[in-house]
Amino acid sequence: MLGLEVQGVAKSYAKASVVDHVSFSVPQGEFVCFLGPSGCGKTTLLRLIAGLEAPSAGRIILDDRDITSQAAHERSFGMVFQALALFPPLNVEENIGYSLRLRDGRRKTHGKRIEELLELVRLPGIGKRTVSQLSGGQRQRVAIARALAQEPRILLMDEPFSALDAKLREEMQVEIRLLQQKLKITTILVTHDQREAMTLADRVLVMANGRVQQMGTALDIYRNPANKFVAAFIGLSNLIDVEVAGASSVRFADQLIDVGHIPASVAPGEAATLSVRPENVLVDSLASGRSDELLGTVIFVRDYGATIEARIECSGREIISVSPSAQWRGMKAMDKVRLQFVADACRVLPP
Amino acid sequence: MTARGSNWLLFWPTLVILLFFLVPFLLLLRVSVAMPGLGAVGAGGFDLRNYTSLPFDSGFVKSIGFSLALAAGVAVISLSLAFPFTFWLTRMKRAAQVIWLVFLLTTLSLSEVLITFAWQVMLAKRVGLSNLLVWMHLLPEPISLSPNLWAVVACLVYLVIPFSVLLLFPGMSRIDPQMGEAARTMGASATRAFFTVIVPLMRRPIVACFLMSFIVTIGSYVAPLVLGRPEHWTVAILISKAALNANNLPLATAMSVVFLAATALFCGLVLSMSRSRARA
Repeated sequence: MLGLEVQGVAKSYAKASVVDHVSFSVPQGEFVCFLGPSGCGKTTLLRLIAGLEAPSAGRIILDDRDITSQAAHERSFGMVFQALALFPPLNVEENIGYSLRLRDGRRKTHGKRIEELLELVRLPGIGKRTVSQLSGGQRQRVAIARALAQEPRILLMDEPFSALDAKLREEMQVEIRLLQQKLKITTILVTHDQREAMTLADRVLVMANGRVQQMGTALDIYRNPANKFVAAFIGLSNLIDVEVAGASSVRFADQLIDVGHIPASVAPGEAATLSVRPENVLVDSLASGRSDELLGTVIFVRDYGATIEARIECSGREIISVSPSAQWRGMKAMDKVRLQFVADACRVLPP
Repeated sequence: MTARGSNWLLFWPTLVILLFFLVPFLLLLRVSVAMPGLGAVGAGGFDLRNYTSLPFDSGFVKSIGFSLALAAGVAVISLSLAFPFTFWLTRMKRAAQVIWLVFLLTTLSLSEVLITFAWQVMLAKRVGLSNLLVWMHLLPEPISLSPNLWAVVACLVYLVIPFSVLLLFPGMSRIDPQMGEAARTMGASATRAFFTVIVPLMRRPIVACFLMSFIVTIGSYVAPLVLGRPEHWTVAILISKAALNANNLPLATAMSVVFLAATALFCGLVLSMSRSRARA
């Protein structure tokens, strides 16, 4: 396969396991984000791929070649560090040309290539400036240009935008995505910001406790979370403890709820977790009064203009609903309401 | 406290410097142009012969050259040992760092005299290092390893290294490990990364460390006297001989002034060289 394959890679320090037998593959030209809470092992996984750490177990394969034992400087993957790590004694040009000088020696000049790279990151003509003369965004771009100088097979980025203010961060996100699509370079970016991961990546790899929880497109992960952790970590979700009742229904608050599909991993009679996104919770005023409906009491209503968020107490649980304003029928706090979950959007997960 | 009062408080270090450094220095200049044997300190009147007769004085110029070369050599050796050691030290665990730093500080509490005589014992024929080498079958019989130049150099390097490490440590521990890692991801081996990234980042501390080692060594007195032959005597020894043995204070002070000028010239040269390197 053309691209990167990680097979059963593990890393432990003393007795603590940081990366726990992780396997996945990134086809040539894909943009993948490692997403997870801090301490989940995503940065260590990136450093293992870069060769800055040696794995305790497993193999790393690039274009069908085992590179597990190859040193970092022989892999020459471009890497953008969290602190950027631009070299202050060198100016912009020398920073960008560092890898080229190591490769070709001092005699060859790389002025043309460096100017190309500076144009690529939209900073033409600043080659002679020192690092301290650059703004935060400029430093970011120079670091990216420097990582791209050696035409790496893979571009690795470790929370590269975390030091930038919100506006600049969004700009840089769009820019790095455009750049990646233009160069068609395989890219892995580590982030704890799910918005960043969702907007940048072709596929997102969700990590927790050193393990891969799920890997897929942003929409797929949002719609079909693989487990409770992913459902809670990505976006907002109502996670409700239920009991599996039949082939397509679960029991909650003495009501049978139709959930469309129940995976084979949970059998009837067993406890499970029902995940429903707030936009899939429909709220209606109590008109029909039928006994086979899920009833609740509105606790709190928040009007966002386009949407309305409501918190509803239902059998001792708080359920969040987000509806378009046009469909909201003027229910207020303390009103009794009936709830309905969109069956196709319900996901039954192992508890 | 009034603003004026606090200003005066801030001024007192300046007063101390004036009183204890500038005044003695001016006295030194005065005595260096005095006529030998006159006045209260055995020096009075006005005579420039102390200076004009200097270059012809036995081995004085040669001794200046030797002192400068010795100090520069010791500074280079201790820097080249202390620099990699400090790099290694900053990559250790915190607890290990503290133990090493305390150990280095402890060696500073030993006086130059004590260390020099310890080295003399260590290099002696009867109980010294050579006995260890004989025991390891590396030498046929014990020999005396002093007096010679290398005994002087070894002792001075030993004296200077703790200063060097303590001077390099703060700068080195501030360098982000990501700097070296960035170099490695760009194709530099660990050694290459060390020389192309870490060393340039440490340029200022390196210059400061070199000059400090140089200054500490240039005034050395006991080590060359005890561990060296007369041809290894530094200017400090010649000055003390002129002052104490020959009782010629004006000549001794004139030697000091010339030596001071030579040292200042050398330090200025090193500084301007390092500045022009930075600009290039």
